[in-house]
Amino acid sequence: MRDLSYDAVMSRKNEIMKKAVGIDYEKFISSEIIFDYERMMQEVGYSLDKVREIQSETGVGNTPLVELKQINRLIKKIAPKGKGARIFIKDEATNPSGSYKDRRASVSVYHAQKHGYKGVIAATSGNYGAAVASQAAKRGLKCIITQECYDNRWVGQPEILEKARSCEAYGAEVVQLTVGPELFYYTLVLLEETGFFNASLYTPYAIAGVESLGYEIAEQTMQMVGKYPDAVVITHAGGGILTGTARGLKKAGASETKIIAASVNLRGLHMASDNDFNKKYFTTGHTGFGIPFATFPDRSDVPKNAARALRYMDRYLLVTQGEVFYITEMLAQLEGMQRGPAGNTSLAAAFALALEMDDDKVIVVNETEYTGAGKLPSAQLTFARKMGMEIKRGDPIKEDLPGKRIVIPEHPSQIGYIEFDMDEVRKSYVKEVIKRYNKKEFNKQEIEFMAQDTNTTTEKIVKFVKELGGEVIEA
Amino acid sequence: MKAKKGDWVQIEKLLLKPEERTAPLPEDTKKVPLKMRVKGFLQNEDANIGDEVEILTLIGRRVTGTLVAINPKYEHDFGEPVPELLTIGIELRKILEGDNDA
Repeated sequence: MRDLSYDAVMSRKNEIMKKAVGIDYEKFISSEIIFDYERMMQEVGYSLDKVREIQSETGVGNTPLVELKQINRLIKKIAPKGKGARIFIKDEATNPSGSYKDRRASVSVYHAQKHGYKGVIAATSGNYGAAVASQAAKRGLKCIITQECYDNRWVGQPEILEKARSCEAYGAEVVQLTVGPELFYYTLVLLEETGFFNASLYTPYAIAGVESLGYEIAEQTMQMVGKYPDAVVITHAGGGILTGTARGLKKAGASETKIIAASVNLRGLHMASDNDFNKKYFTTGHTGFGIPFATFPDRSDVPKNAARALRYMDRYLLVTQGEVFYITEMLAQLEGMQRGPAGNTSLAAAFALALEMDDDKVIVVNETEYTGAGKLPSAQLTFARKMGMEIKRGDPIKEDLPGKRIVIPEHPSQIGYIEFDMDEVRKSYVKEVIKRYNKKEFNKQEIEFMAQDTNTTTEKIVKFVKELGGEVIEA
Repeated sequence: MKAKKGDWVQIEKLLLKPEERTAPLPEDTKKVPLKMRVKGFLQNEDANIGDEVEILTLIGRRVTGTLVAINPKYEHDFGEPVPELLTIGIELRKILEGDNDA
């Protein structure tokens, strides 16, 4: 009988993961903080051509890029003279399971099939579960999805309940847990019991699968407007969609395109708190994942996370819940597109950016997702009212209060963003390294790695290290 | 209400008691157990809500736990109409038609 206590299972983590992912991460790691990211992506991941071939086998990708003509007219109407960029949206909802996550699942499931695994497991409360289930169905593999879904009174997040329904519709077994980071612990228990492949969101396979998204955006924008996008706005949570999209854009030659992250502002709510769990009306794409994963990507379920958002992020913008509900309504009413919350977070930020950018600029929002029961603003806001939230029209930024109040704008010109200073984010990254590795002294190679990992200069990293009480030593 | 062998049911299982949750947790989460729910086909001849039963999941795993629902309903829905959202489309079209102060 295996010992299933939390500590016993966590102590077996490395051997379980080795079997379940089949990647020898040691090869790429040269010290506790330094590893060769690009080599890992090249040797373990799949080439872009191979990714596109794998995805065409299961009907993934090649989604339309749509100009939001009515919304762009609205922007021109309310923007200052000479301002008002054009927004295009990548309609990823047209993928088999209704989101870009099909790209992220496709390569992992292909890899699992090729290596003789009988099934796949993924720990996800989001669209990724449906994507893994759908890809597994297509390739004849079994699938288990583990979700963090309920608070202790069995009150479930409608959005997550819908995703469970979707997974079951594709024939997956859905294991639903109450609030807590032990979702990872129980996923390990199941990986050990079944011998299935871990279709983690954070392997090189998962990220390689998203590169086709960035590549298509570059190609389609060039075709439609004769240049690469000036900016791509990307909803940011765990960092995978940002990393993969940015890598794909670069591979297509769109190296000048600005990569702008957007998260829903839920600062002040604790992600592992049973009480706070049902006080958020976005289950992903928010600061509760966005900030921790940007500043310490290796909190994921694999030894080295292939999603490293700070390597590619040029700006980080926050929007409020009320603004995203408003923009979701705008997309349906003006563009005839009912889409789920994910891409609408970045669309809200893109709208605010478009108002201040020149009118010859082009912004691409890189995803939409399917919507329906549990996922629509009507479902989420009905749930919010039931949980005692105040919902009102007003100033969506000034009056916003996560966990207490949701404020729907009264006019589109009120849509704005809160700019998160990138150097603050980078400094938090250094702070996390100091804390997690209990490390005060850094040699030149370590400084260099951190500079690469956060896309900045070694001088800046040295400055942060010193400000945080560390020092630089001769190696 | 009795469930019979082969019925689609939902079971519940306690995974970790509060004192067994040794991961770093906020105070409120520390006080409550980690629980699980999963669905499958009942393997016992018959059972009542609250009984310890065995199920066969959609992928053929055998799991035991307490029976909590028979033919469990998907309870999430489209919600109620939201007054704060209902007029947004009308307002935006007014602006498009030239009335900036809509």
